[in-house]
Amino acid sequence: MRRLISPLLLAAVLGTAAFFISTRPEAYSALRGDHALEPTRARDVENGKTLFNAGGCASCHAAPDDESRTKLSGGKPLVTPFGIFNPPNISSDTKDGIGQWTEAQFIRAMREGVSPEGKHYYPAFPYTSYRGLSPDDVADLFAYLKTLPAAEGKAPVHDLAFPYSIRQGVGLWKLLYLSGTVIAPDAKQSLEWNQGHYLVETAGHCAECHSPRNALGAIIADKRFSGGPNPEGKGRAPNLTQDTTGLASWSEDDIVTLLKDGFTPDYDSVGGSMSEVVRNTASLSDQDRQAMAIYLKSLAPIAGEARAPK
Amino acid sequence: MIHRFVLAGSALLLATAALAASPIADRQAIMKSFGGATKPLAAMLKGEKPFSLDEVKKSLAVYAEGNAKFVTLFPAGSDKGEKTEASPKIWSDAAGFKAANEKFKTEIAAAEMAIKDEASFKATIPALLKNCGACHEAYRLKD
Repeated sequence: MRRLISPLLLAAVLGTAAFFISTRPEAYSALRGDHALEPTRARDVENGKTLFNAGGCASCHAAPDDESRTKLSGGKPLVTPFGIFNPPNISSDTKDGIGQWTEAQFIRAMREGVSPEGKHYYPAFPYTSYRGLSPDDVADLFAYLKTLPAAEGKAPVHDLAFPYSIRQGVGLWKLLYLSGTVIAPDAKQSLEWNQGHYLVETAGHCAECHSPRNALGAIIADKRFSGGPNPEGKGRAPNLTQDTTGLASWSEDDIVTLLKDGFTPDYDSVGGSMSEVVRNTASLSDQDRQAMAIYLKSLAPIAGEARAPK
Repeated sequence: MIHRFVLAGSALLLATAALAASPIADRQAIMKSFGGATKPLAAMLKGEKPFSLDEVKKSLAVYAEGNAKFVTLFPAGSDKGEKTEASPKIWSDAAGFKAANEKFKTEIAAAEMAIKDEASFKATIPALLKNCGACHEAYRLKD
């Protein structure tokens, strides 16, 4: 009997140790990070503002009653199947916000989902998309955030179901699902396509809602952009690929109009979270919206789950 | 012959009653009519269609007519069923919802007065159309 217990005990001890080691943020950085964390040029605050709008930061982090959408003391709770996430204060407040963060800490948070204290963030903060941003762009965004007012207030802690409540587990999830690479331009494509690719896949984080996810909450890669359940409950985020259930019948202009004014080709006006998104995309330049449309029109058709008929 | 009229008449009555009994279908029909009315306005704004004052007036009349009925189509209990995308906020924040409808009403009336030519059309309509998204953001669930 004793002979059997010791190997089991040993395995359990080793297994636990392996879990704690492999789920440490340092393990992720060593195994998957691309270490492209150093900005290479001077800061461009205007570009930071564009990324702020493209990234929809205000949608989650601005105070719900703030019309200017620049008081970033934390927004409405995000109610998901995994539990309730409370978006934190990212204002320049030194106590409750990120006023004391260094640029390197911010870049790491955005690209690896790690807090300055070395804790994993949950991927409800879409660093799975933001990791594709170049360190220069993230540094510009940081410079822009610094220009926004400090706002007091700490968000309540997340209220998650087991096992999602074990934060360390996110480390394992990252090793499986978080690519550490910056989105690289495709030389075979036009400048506009590359610009759209970058905006849609990184800051815009469109795929986060418009894709189905597996049981662990990761996007199913070969179904990317084919539409997904509304993470906040009712309805579906539509298919964005060139499938007939998607945007096949939409022209580039139709997509630009939606991103600018919130109207579909039938002049239905989008509701709920997408109208929140349109507030962000409406602040982009025409050129950026056009680029996003060009990229979306290039997505290969993938059949999505049909939406409920109207 | 008379019988047939009576029959057709009662069938029509029944159909009307069925329609009136479904506020969800009614309010969705109004929203659809708004979409149809907005299409030519947007085409004129983008310069894809020549400006026509008559058509603008027609669209504004569709808005005004629909707007007048719209708020009455959310009786208690009509928050569920028939694929409604109405947000529970319509009932929990009834005053805010009513105010949003009133704001649209006022702006439709102002647009009817203000629009006389293409320049005044282009100066007025974009702000009027902002009502769609603003109200949907607050009172329509994600679609």
